[in-house]
Amino acid sequence: MRKRPTNVDTVSDAIANDKEQPWKELGLKQDEYQEIKTILGRRPTSSELAMYSVMWSEHCSYKSSKIYLRQFGEKVTPAMKKDLMVGMGENAGVVDIGEGLAVTFKVESHNHPSYIEPFQGAATGVGGIVRDILTMGARPIAVMDQLRFGAPSDPDTARVVHGVTSGISFYGNCLGLPNIGGETVFDKVYQGNPLVNALAVGVMKHEDLKLAKASNPGDLVILFGARTGGDGIGGVSVLASETFDSTGPTKRPAVQVGDPFAEKVLIECCLELFYAGVVAGIQDLGGAGISCATSELASNGGKGMKVQLQNVLLRDDSLTPEEILMSESQERMMAIVPTKDLKAFKAIVTKWEVEYSVLGEVIDEDRLYINWGEQEIVNVPPRTVAHDGPVYHRPVEYPKYQDALNANSSKTLLRASAPAELAKQILAIVTSPNQADKSWITAQYDRYVMGNTALSMPDDAGMIRVSEETGLGITLATDANGKYCQLDPYHGAQLALAEAYRNVAVTGAKPKAVTNCLNFGSPENPEVMWQFKEATAGLADACMELGVPVTGGNVSFYNQTGDVAIYPTPVVGVLGVIDNVARRIPSGWQDEGNNIYLLGTTKDELDGSAWAETIHGHLGGKPPVVDLASEKKLADLIHGAAIQGMIEAAHDISEGGLAIAIVEAALRFNVGARIWLDEVLERDNLDLTAALFSESQARVIVSVGREDDVKFQALCEARGVPVLRIGVTDKASGLIEIKDLASFELNEVRKGWASTLPELFG
Amino acid sequence: MKIGVITYPGTLDDRDAQRAIRLAGGTPVPLWHADSDIKKVDAVVLPGGFSYGDYLRCGAIAAQAPATQEVVRLAAQGLPVLGICNGFQILVESRLLPGGLIRNEHQHFICRDQRIRVENTSTAWTNLFEQDEEITIPLKNAEGGYIASAETLKMLEAENRVVFRYLDVNPNGSMNDIAGLTNERGNVVGLMPHPEHATEAGFGPDTDIATRSGVDGLKFFQSVLKALVNA
Repeated sequence: MRKRPTNVDTVSDAIANDKEQPWKELGLKQDEYQEIKTILGRRPTSSELAMYSVMWSEHCSYKSSKIYLRQFGEKVTPAMKKDLMVGMGENAGVVDIGEGLAVTFKVESHNHPSYIEPFQGAATGVGGIVRDILTMGARPIAVMDQLRFGAPSDPDTARVVHGVTSGISFYGNCLGLPNIGGETVFDKVYQGNPLVNALAVGVMKHEDLKLAKASNPGDLVILFGARTGGDGIGGVSVLASETFDSTGPTKRPAVQVGDPFAEKVLIECCLELFYAGVVAGIQDLGGAGISCATSELASNGGKGMKVQLQNVLLRDDSLTPEEILMSESQERMMAIVPTKDLKAFKAIVTKWEVEYSVLGEVIDEDRLYINWGEQEIVNVPPRTVAHDGPVYHRPVEYPKYQDALNANSSKTLLRASAPAELAKQILAIVTSPNQADKSWITAQYDRYVMGNTALSMPDDAGMIRVSEETGLGITLATDANGKYCQLDPYHGAQLALAEAYRNVAVTGAKPKAVTNCLNFGSPENPEVMWQFKEATAGLADACMELGVPVTGGNVSFYNQTGDVAIYPTPVVGVLGVIDNVARRIPSGWQDEGNNIYLLGTTKDELDGSAWAETIHGHLGGKPPVVDLASEKKLADLIHGAAIQGMIEAAHDISEGGLAIAIVEAALRFNVGARIWLDEVLERDNLDLTAALFSESQARVIVSVGREDDVKFQALCEARGVPVLRIGVTDKASGLIEIKDLASFELNEVRKGWASTLPELFG
Repeated sequence: MKIGVITYPGTLDDRDAQRAIRLAGGTPVPLWHADSDIKKVDAVVLPGGFSYGDYLRCGAIAAQAPATQEVVRLAAQGLPVLGICNGFQILVESRLLPGGLIRNEHQHFICRDQRIRVENTSTAWTNLFEQDEEITIPLKNAEGGYIASAETLKMLEAENRVVFRYLDVNPNGSMNDIAGLTNERGNVVGLMPHPEHATEAGFGPDTDIATRSGVDGLKFFQSVLKALVNA
């Protein structure tokens, strides 16, 4: 065992002597370092410098995005706030879903670690978001992943795909959380910068809500869960080498390592602690570890804290105080426990064989003191670390390439008119990696565990029952279209929201709240900041119009390789509520002879479409027009019809257009259909290419039993939703027959659709 | 009838097993791994999950738990025991069933609706099935490849102890397509697929009739209730 370091930089050292400090290497700017000195009235100790540098980093402080994120809290109506129990700023937002229950959900990025070390990066991404949910007092009940990889043909893509998928599979399955959906997208812009976002959702009784604050002086500060090790401390090694003639290991892994078994035990242990009522405040340890947990708990409670850092249980005794403060070792939590409850706390953690140590106590003073043995190494106002970080007004500039990109419309692309050629195009899109069957990935995830999964992939959204007594359930869908956002970030972000909202609506649920994960390039690039500004404004405006509040989320900047940024990719997650999951609507046809209706109108909108990409390798023009009023009408209509049990299946029309929606609805349960398009062509004044592949918004295909025909059409008319019968289901034929165009054998289509990913990665 | 469900650290499908018992008409009794008192239950389910994080070997540490040891003792006296997935691995590790379970042939975790054939209907957990009935229940595992020596396989086949066999695809490379086994006496049954995930319409596998309406797993739990009544 290595020896505990004794030669530390103390507060009295800092008062006694000023010296050169590696603030630059730690990512701080000159004026930020100066600001720290002003706050403290002296130079920071190396431990304080470590804390400020990590807490003031982009990742923790949101310094570039803060001024834009505010509008998610501002552009809200009283009606939107009504069911919001906890809004933005906490670990995750909390929404009242009725029956005394509340739901908390959030999506977060783990992009950079997942490129360096795909398996652990993706695994710990799941672990981190699940702890955020747990921290609110909720039992985590499901996860979803939003994955964006480079081009399938690139030799490095398979490494990332395999690593990320097995990492999620390894961690999520072992935690016992059903994985109920998500996204997988391939595009060369993500080659050197894959996006690995993870969403988790949890449920709790209203009274179990927990907040991350330490507000009662005398309460104990307890660290429990896994021991603290040297993982995930990246940059802070600068300090170690600066202060010490390094006796410890010199190279620390920058990526954290996950142990899902430890997390599963920690979840059950925490829930038992919550139910026993022995925890006054709780915070998970993720980015910035103990630095973050201590300063945030104290700052949120408006109090201070006294901490003995040598009480932290370590995996490696040679860790320096700076490293301990910064370590991102996984599966750890910090609890604020009243002294009188310590015995009960001990009994529960002992039952679960979870280690803990008392680090200190809450004090009635606006100060965070951290000692290393007898020596004081941190003495700061907690708020200055946790909340009063820098705020940037980064320069914003309209991209030079934007006008040319928008002018390059798909209108000039060659369109086929021969039926055989169009049929070939349909198959080409169906079997393209972005539209093909994703079950090679999703079959590696457990979707059954907990026994409450009412819908999961490949349906349009995931649905989980939260009450076994009443059948009350929640629905979740996430979407993003980087291509649309590249063409127009304001409307692109709105389109992501519209699609997720629609995907929730087609299951029969009522959309209720929003989370987002904003993946962008470098904020130091004014053109990227313009994209960010546009996307956040678009999303906030659209949320207001649809009446769904943003409850929280995450920003991931610096997603770029060299100077080339990814497409702006704001992933939007929508949470819906359904009174009884027994009324859920699947995405595929099931019964014989049901009528198939197209809801909504189709415009000639092929810019940024799957057709333009797959058939012509083209991206340019303007994305489809956003029509939120129609989205709302459509959602209300489906919700109403679902309550009356009129809709057998509903599937949203998005990437790939009507053609792909039809194929997917048929493949879901292997039920064919006879389709005719003449009326669509005539009513909407389209050619066949537009009718089949246009990505016009606010459209859904539904199947309705014959007995409900008249009623359904009357309902559509009353609600002002355009409706057109375009076909009838045909169970026996095993065919999709599109009149005057082509006839597809379902088995053949399935073969191609299902073999794309296995052939690429199997 | 009281049916115990043991929870180990890392067990995941314990609540699902309890629900399945309830739906079948039994009374589920939660049991704790560290407790050798198994509360006079009439039968025991070892549920799925990752007990002890699959450290060492899947099921190896759980096999040493006080509750498991008590189950092993009582199984010899005829206590009906069902091991599902990780529970099957625990049964194998505690030598109640022969052979071993290794990493899936294709190296991936796999979750799918799996068709299997019930080939032995005389066990405590299968007596309500028809001989050779084909059923669909979910399968989800990373270490489900059944292996045994040629001799053991021969014995299992000769004594009709292969209770379930995979149909359509062998999802994990199991020898002889074996999905589940029983002991000599027929009171202990272990299998990789998950009957408890196909016991409630709306949350099971898809069927031709409706989405997620498969409840083929219910008969496992009804069978043991019948066996206990008749015993």
